[in-house]
Amino acid sequence: MTTTDAPQAAPPPSGKRRIGDVVFAGLARSSGILILLILAGVAAFLIVQAWPSLSANTTNFLTTMEWDANVRENPAFGVAALAFGTVLAATIALVLATPVAIGIALFIVYYAPRKLAALLGYLVDLLAAIPSVVYGLWGIGFLAPQLVSVFEGLSRYLGWIPLFAGPPSPSGRTILTAGVVLAVMILPIITAMSRDVFHQVPQGHREAALAMGATRWEMIRLAVLPFGKSGIVGGAMLGMGRALGETMAVAMILSPSLMVSWNLLQSGNQTIAGHIALQYPEATGYGVSALIAAGLVLFAITLVVNMAARYVVARGIKEA
Amino acid sequence: MSTTTTQPPQPETRADLSRGSLPRYFSPALLAASASVVAGVLLAFSSFGVVLWALLTAVAYLVITVTASVRIEGRRKATDRFVTAIVYGCFLLAMAPLVSVLWTVTLNGMERFSGYFLSVSMNGVLPSMDAGGVYHAIVGTLAITGMATLISVPIGVLTAVFLVEYAEGRLKRAITFFVDVMTGIPSIVAGLFVVALWMMLFGPGHLNGASAAIALAVLMIPVVVRSSEEMLRLVPRELREASYALGVPKWRTITKVVLPTSAAGLTTGIMLAIARVIGETAPLVLTAGSSAVSINWNLFDGQMMSLPVFIYAQVRMGGAVNYERAWAAALTLILVVMLLFFLARMIGRLFAPKTR
Repeated sequence: MTTTDAPQAAPPPSGKRRIGDVVFAGLARSSGILILLILAGVAAFLIVQAWPSLSANTTNFLTTMEWDANVRENPAFGVAALAFGTVLAATIALVLATPVAIGIALFIVYYAPRKLAALLGYLVDLLAAIPSVVYGLWGIGFLAPQLVSVFEGLSRYLGWIPLFAGPPSPSGRTILTAGVVLAVMILPIITAMSRDVFHQVPQGHREAALAMGATRWEMIRLAVLPFGKSGIVGGAMLGMGRALGETMAVAMILSPSLMVSWNLLQSGNQTIAGHIALQYPEATGYGVSALIAAGLVLFAITLVVNMAARYVVARGIKEA
Repeated sequence: MSTTTTQPPQPETRADLSRGSLPRYFSPALLAASASVVAGVLLAFSSFGVVLWALLTAVAYLVITVTASVRIEGRRKATDRFVTAIVYGCFLLAMAPLVSVLWTVTLNGMERFSGYFLSVSMNGVLPSMDAGGVYHAIVGTLAITGMATLISVPIGVLTAVFLVEYAEGRLKRAITFFVDVMTGIPSIVAGLFVVALWMMLFGPGHLNGASAAIALAVLMIPVVVRSSEEMLRLVPRELREASYALGVPKWRTITKVVLPTSAAGLTTGIMLAIARVIGETAPLVLTAGSSAVSINWNLFDGQMMSLPVFIYAQVRMGGAVNYERAWAAALTLILVVMLLFFLARMIGRLFAPKTR
């Protein structure tokens, strides 16, 4: 590796640095560094403001389920129940969205008529353009009432699975509804990442498979999916990161609660992000600081998931 | 298996080659037939529902196609047809929520969407009164998003310039990586960051529109960097080299050649970034408040309502009129976002760089 003193890449002929060049390069470099500082600042300010409540907390923050933080002294709160709800909702979303997203990506890249492919891809991207608060409104105003009968069917026929044990919530506002909405919201991300890698599959691989007499599906199974694995996994993890941090849809669909329940058809679960949004307006005493501590946990989880996702994608591209 | 590779089993190959295939019109004809039969049966039992109809049609189509194809074309072709049907189904499945969201929002939003709704605020309107509108929320959205854009565009574009034109080595890799990571920051964490920052700078209870704008800028900067970087990389190398050959300094080359060439792409990217953050709700609930009812143009004083927060606040109130207002505001918000998307496309198409 050479020196990182970048502007030397194209030195002016006289060898003398022009003042404009120095200023402009300095501006560009400092805004790059500013971004790093902002990210560090996010972590630092969250830690500093979370500290008072964390040090005053009378119970273990990571294993406690209740949230008794809106007091002036001796708060007792923890994120255990919320972290459970967060991971549960994101997992439901991921399980529902990933297969569909792979199907959409395959459709757009290999099945759709060439002329229409770009337009159809744009339609899928439109799903990402709808604001999350509108998804939340759609979730409670339209989807939840529609899903009630589906939930009744699930509990009647699949009730022996603990996940679907009844009785289903009459309002339909459960973690499963939230998971369905989240799945719709992360669909475009996973699709976009999968599409990108499917486009990169070497034409030689595909044509070799077809020349051997493979059907279209055999070509995909033999040439496309092995090549695109890292992109699909990375895309799914990015989608997971988005689902973990998604706030509004969850806060609007789920009511404030602190239960840990495997029953997807009943209300009771809540996520970190939803809890913060619902509790913040009423927070007093140690309340705000405790919510910032919860946000710090969310930040840490999403940071790890996103960094892992980027790592997987980058490694996959390098290997290919 | 290795022994058979040189001599494939003769009879099977012949059978494969002489197998018949389903006619080209088989798929569309079967789809139309199963759709109409299922519709007829459902109507006969008077239990017609769009979802049930689509589901049963898909099942009927799948079952008949696979059985027919296994009989006539063989197992491999049947698998291929099965997967093709599933892949098409996945796409249609994804379109269902898009159509459903747009349809329900339009249908429910039209009840209250009017010139009156757009031009009055909620000042002096009780939550359950049959009055009030979103003017104050539109004002807040414009002011907050405008300031967020003013903050994030210079930082974002300059960083992209740095990454494309200057940076090398470890710093470049670090910035690229952390910009990627930053795109994944949950919006509510960006809101909490500004809450924490403001508590340290000004003490509790001093939140205003400016703090909301900073939270949105944190979310917007990585998007601007990403799209601008892509656009700057599209500028042909020859243009830069021609400029250097004339003795133009590097910074003049960037400001006079590179940036103007990519201006259309940069604008498109910025518009899309605005469209992304204009619907953000969570950070605004934490920073700009969710109870403002009157028109406030001042970013530095007091609570500010915005369209997404208005929707959320009305839903929290829970009455019938509140839901009507929420749907109408959602329609307004979607129209704004679609307008931004449309403008971005138009700018990208009309002012695309002419490289030849």
